[in-house]
Amino acid sequence: MLTVDSIETAYGVSQVLFGVSLAVGAGQVVTLLGRNGMGKTTTVRSIMGIARPRAGTIRFDGRAIHGLPPYRVAQAGLGLVPEGRQVFPNLTVRENLVATAANRAGSADPWRVEPVFELFPQLAARARSLGGALSGGEQQMLAIGRALMTNPRLLILDEATEGLAPLVRAEIWRCVERLKAGGQSLLLIDKDVGTLTRIADAHYILEKGQIVWSGTSADLRARADIQHRYLGV
Amino acid sequence: MAIAQRTIVLGVAGLLLALVPPIAALTNQPFYVDLFRRMMIFAIAAVSLDLILGYGGMVSFGHAAYLGIGAYAVGIPAFHGIDNGFLQWSLAIVASALTALVMGAISLRTSGVYFIMITLAFAQMLYYLGISLETYGGDNGMRLAARSKFGGPIDLDRPMVFYYVVLAILVLFLVLGGRLVESRFGMVIRAAKSNEPRARAIGFSPFRYKLTAFVVAGSAGGLAGALLANQTEYLTPEFMHWTRSGEIMFMVILGGMGTLVGPVIGAVVLLLLEDVLSALTAHWQIILGPLLVLVVLFAKRGLFGLLLGTASRDG
Repeated sequence: MLTVDSIETAYGVSQVLFGVSLAVGAGQVVTLLGRNGMGKTTTVRSIMGIARPRAGTIRFDGRAIHGLPPYRVAQAGLGLVPEGRQVFPNLTVRENLVATAANRAGSADPWRVEPVFELFPQLAARARSLGGALSGGEQQMLAIGRALMTNPRLLILDEATEGLAPLVRAEIWRCVERLKAGGQSLLLIDKDVGTLTRIADAHYILEKGQIVWSGTSADLRARADIQHRYLGV
Repeated sequence: MAIAQRTIVLGVAGLLLALVPPIAALTNQPFYVDLFRRMMIFAIAAVSLDLILGYGGMVSFGHAAYLGIGAYAVGIPAFHGIDNGFLQWSLAIVASALTALVMGAISLRTSGVYFIMITLAFAQMLYYLGISLETYGGDNGMRLAARSKFGGPIDLDRPMVFYYVVLAILVLFLVLGGRLVESRFGMVIRAAKSNEPRARAIGFSPFRYKLTAFVVAGSAGGLAGALLANQTEYLTPEFMHWTRSGEIMFMVILGGMGTLVGPVIGAVVLLLLEDVLSALTAHWQIILGPLLVLVVLFAKRGLFGLLLGTASRDG
């Protein structure tokens, strides 16, 4: 579904990615792991067209998407829940969901507001509150809901549980598992290796802008040395 | 603000404005019909600016251009003996819309200070164009040959009739404006205002939405200009001067950005202050200036926000 092939991305003169390759298959849940500053978010920004790789290719369903502006990439079927959430603070919860909703792939059973509220009952209670007035956890739920409302074929979550209370994190993971059960393809960036090896199918570890290890959840669980060396756990 | 609450505010305000002519007649002060009509005309211009300024975050410093275009769209045909109001006002709206389309298509590719400067430059270009129209009075302007004619009972030469025509247009515009900002279109505009990169990353290119809003605002500004020409029975390039753009912008900020009622309050209060203060002294701007500074400093949500006692919705 998504194939990233040896992309190199730089901000001005400082190169961040040195030939990153990864693949996400339909219905798969794949993670991107690594310590801070290793290039995880830059990889996501490159995929979404926010940062433009200067070498390498990115294909989505065989179609080259590198070099497209972000809204084109999004229209192609990629949905990003960005680091820091970035909900629209001056729109209500319901408006945040509806404003950018779309069903470009023509899904027979598209996401609507009610299913999102079913997924996150907390949001339903705050439907008329402004996005800026929500707690961090609620904003994260709203950001995920907003991305789902664009009916993305691949959903990317960048640090979706960062800075959230354990109970709220559990709530987010529960939702991710439900999405996976529903056949949603996912690319996850997170630090919670324990949970990720339970949920995800495959993992990629980034170190200084390069993929240094990749494998299945079983592989990763078995390799305490890898976890220790690259993830510091 | 809840829909019901806004309907009440709108209803009460509309009722008060509707009561102005009878009260003016009872107290034998016809001047107030004239003053409040002028306020409402500027309120239409201010609300139209707020659609892009308050809701869309587009700081257009050339909104007076549409006032001028609308005024000349009435004045020039009238000069040539065409006084059909339907024709003149349609011309005002279409000409303003086209100008806004061109102005927006260019200026919306920029943002921040550049956007402000380009809109300002466009308006000044039109201002000097107005000055160069020697046939139509050049920088002296010209008298309006006759007020727009609509036939039937709608006779703008009767102050009361003209008053209620302006009031009806204002109320209609507020209702439509309310629908617009609550619509999906309005949501995208507001979303783009708060975080344009995010709106784009989620699959929306806000440019067309913003341009559409810009054209809608320009058209309404043009209609306000057509009304203004009928109000003053005189038109001059001064309608398009940048200080006029600043004045409209100030009405929006004074009343409360990102609300529909705010700019109406702003227009009423600013013109009222001008009227009261200029009766006191010829140097009334010395008093007005500091007053405005105080409002900006201590009532960032504008007078409407102050009235509500809560943060305005999108400020």
